[in-house]
Amino acid sequence: MAQAASIQPGNARGGSTRSLDVQRWGALIGGAALALYGLSRRSPLGMAIAAGGGALAFAGARPNAKREPIARSSVQVNCSPEKAYQFWRNFENLPRFMHHLESVRVTGDNRSEWVAIGPMNSRVKWNAEIVNERDNELIVWRSLPGSEVSVEGSVEFRRASGDRGTVMDVMTTYRPPAGAVGRAVAKMFGKDPSFLMRQDLRRFKALIETGEIPTVEGQTHGPRDVMTAAARMMDPDRPLPRGASMTEVAAARRRAS
Amino acid sequence: MKAVCWMGREKVSVEDVPDPQILNPRDAIVRITSTCICGSDLHLYNGFMPTMEQGDIVGHEFMGEIVEVGPGISADKLKVGDRVVVPFTIACGNCFFCQRQLWSSCDNSNPNAYIAETMMGYTPSGLFGYTHMLGGYAGGQAQYARVPFADVGPVKVPAGIPDEKVVFLSDIFPTGYFGAENCNIQPGDTVAIWGCGPVGQFAIFSAFLLGAERVIAIDHIPERLQMAQRGGAETINFDEVDDVVQALKDMTGNIGPDSCMDAVGMEADGHGLLYMYDRAKQAVRLQTERPIALRQAIQACRKGGTVSVPGVYGGFIDKMPMGAFMNKGLTMKTGQTHMMRYMKPLLERIESGEIDPSFVMTHRVPLTEAPQMYRTFRDKQDKCVKVVLDPWADGAKAA
Repeated sequence: MAQAASIQPGNARGGSTRSLDVQRWGALIGGAALALYGLSRRSPLGMAIAAGGGALAFAGARPNAKREPIARSSVQVNCSPEKAYQFWRNFENLPRFMHHLESVRVTGDNRSEWVAIGPMNSRVKWNAEIVNERDNELIVWRSLPGSEVSVEGSVEFRRASGDRGTVMDVMTTYRPPAGAVGRAVAKMFGKDPSFLMRQDLRRFKALIETGEIPTVEGQTHGPRDVMTAAARMMDPDRPLPRGASMTEVAAARRRAS
Repeated sequence: MKAVCWMGREKVSVEDVPDPQILNPRDAIVRITSTCICGSDLHLYNGFMPTMEQGDIVGHEFMGEIVEVGPGISADKLKVGDRVVVPFTIACGNCFFCQRQLWSSCDNSNPNAYIAETMMGYTPSGLFGYTHMLGGYAGGQAQYARVPFADVGPVKVPAGIPDEKVVFLSDIFPTGYFGAENCNIQPGDTVAIWGCGPVGQFAIFSAFLLGAERVIAIDHIPERLQMAQRGGAETINFDEVDDVVQALKDMTGNIGPDSCMDAVGMEADGHGLLYMYDRAKQAVRLQTERPIALRQAIQACRKGGTVSVPGVYGGFIDKMPMGAFMNKGLTMKTGQTHMMRYMKPLLERIESGEIDPSFVMTHRVPLTEAPQMYRTFRDKQDKCVKVVLDPWADGAKAA
C-alpha cells in the first residue's frame, strides 16, 4: 500500500505537466473561437465575449506566461526519516546546502524570512509560512502574500525499501514577479531549476551523512591559463555569485604550450 | 611548496604553488615523504583523460606524515605526527556504498559528481589528482597534500619500515591484489595476465597467493617479462608470437586460461590491422581507448571463465567481442580498487616479510626530475618499471 501511495503523486504530476500544455492550446483555440463568435454578434454582449476570448487566446499564445519554473528532484539518504526531517524542518539549515540562499531566519512557529542571492549580487527576500506538515513525513511551505517572489515548496520523507534510509521527494515552484527583480529571479532559475535542486540535494545528502560537503573550492593549484579559468566560471554548479569574480581569469597566465 | 602540475598534453612541470589548507572538518594535511608516478598517470600525460585543466596538481600514490588535522577528526583515528599511507580513492565511510565496503564507489567524495554522471550514469568516488570529472582534487606529487575524509582512508604504518616497502600500498599493490581476487581463482587454476607493469607484477604475486597453480604473463618489454619470471610466472612476449590467443591455447591444452586479467587498460600496444585501426581512431578522438588487451583476454578466456579488468578505461571502446563474451558465458569483474579492504591485510604481509613490494621500484629520484621521468616511464627507457619521487631530495625547500 505504501508503495502504491508513493507512485500516485508521481503519476499525477506527470499528468499535470501534460494537461498544462493541453490547457494552453485549449485557451488559444477556445479563446480565438470565442473572440470570433463575439465579434460576429455585433452587440455589447458580443463585444464582451470577444474581449474575454481575446484575453484567453492571448494568455494561451504567450509561451511561458503560465509556465511555472518548477524544480523537482529526489534523493535517497542513509539516515532515518526522523533525522532528515528534523534537519530540514529547521529552515535555518537550508542555506548550508542550497547555494542560491544567503540566509533563512525563523521568525515564528511556522514563519520564516528567506534571502536569496540573485545575479549581480542582488538580493531577493520573501517571507514564508509552513502551510502543511506531518511529523517525519511532509513539510509544505509557501511565501506570504506581498512577497517579492511567490514561492511554494514541499518535501516528502519516506522510509526507503530494504532499510536503506530515507527517500526524499522535493518540489519547489518560483513565480517571479514583474519588473527588474522578477527578471533577475527568472534568470537565476533559468539555469535549469531541477539541476540546481539535484545539486542542493546532493549536498544535503553529503552533509547529513558525513557532516560536511565535499569541495575543492579554495584548494591549491598551479598556474591556470585564461581558457581554463574562463571554463571554471562557466561551471553550472558554481555558487552564485559568491566567488564568481573575474579575478581568477585576470590572474591566469597564458602560457606558451 | 613544490608540486608536479599538468600543463597540457605531454607537458608536466614542477611549479611553486601555495601550500594546501584544511577546507573541511575531516581534512588532514600530510607532509609527503614518498610519492610515485603511476601507469594511469600516463593516460593523463598522453592527454587521453577528459576534464584535466592546466595547473592541476597530479599524483595519487603517496605517503608521509600528518602535520595538521581538521576539527572533525578525533585523536584516536588520526593525529599530528602519524606516519600514513594514503589510498588513491577518497571515501567518506558513511554512505550506502562505503558501509558495504564498496569504497571506490563512495557517493559523497566527488564534488563534481554531476560531470561523472553525464559520462557514467553515476559517479565513482573522488580520486587524488585524476581529472575534474573524478573530483578535481589536488594530487600527491608534491611536498604536501590535503587529504579529505582523513579519518577513513589513510593507514598508519610503524616507523622502521622504509617508505619503498609500504608506499605501494597507496594503489598498485592493493590494485594487483584486487585484480587477482576478481579472477575468482579456484585451486589449480591457470591465470593469464596482460601487462607486466607494477600492477601486473603484484597481480602475479597475488594470484599465486590466492591459489593459482600457473600464471602466464603477457608483455613485450624484456625486463618486465624477466621480473614476471622471477615472480614465478610463465611468459609470452607478444612481439615474438603471431597470435597471443593461439599461444595461450597451445600452453593450456586448447582449453584456455580459467581467468584472464587486463592489467593494461586504455592504451594497449599490439600488432596488426586492428591495432592500427585503434591507434588511428584514438588519435582523432573517434574512440577514447585502445582495448587490444581486453579483446584478447575475452577471446582467450576458457568457457565459463572470468575476465578481471584492473586496467583503467575512461570512455568508450570499439569492437568489444560481445559475441565471444556471451556465448562462452564469461563473467567480468572490474572497478577502481576498494582500497580500504586490502591496505591493512597487505601491510601485515609486508610486516611479516612475506613480500617486499620494493622489487618493482627501478628509479628513486627527486621530485624536481618528475618531468623527465614521465617521459622515461612512458617510453619505457632505462628499464623503467616504477618511479618513486622524493619531494625533499637535494634539500629542496618549500617555496
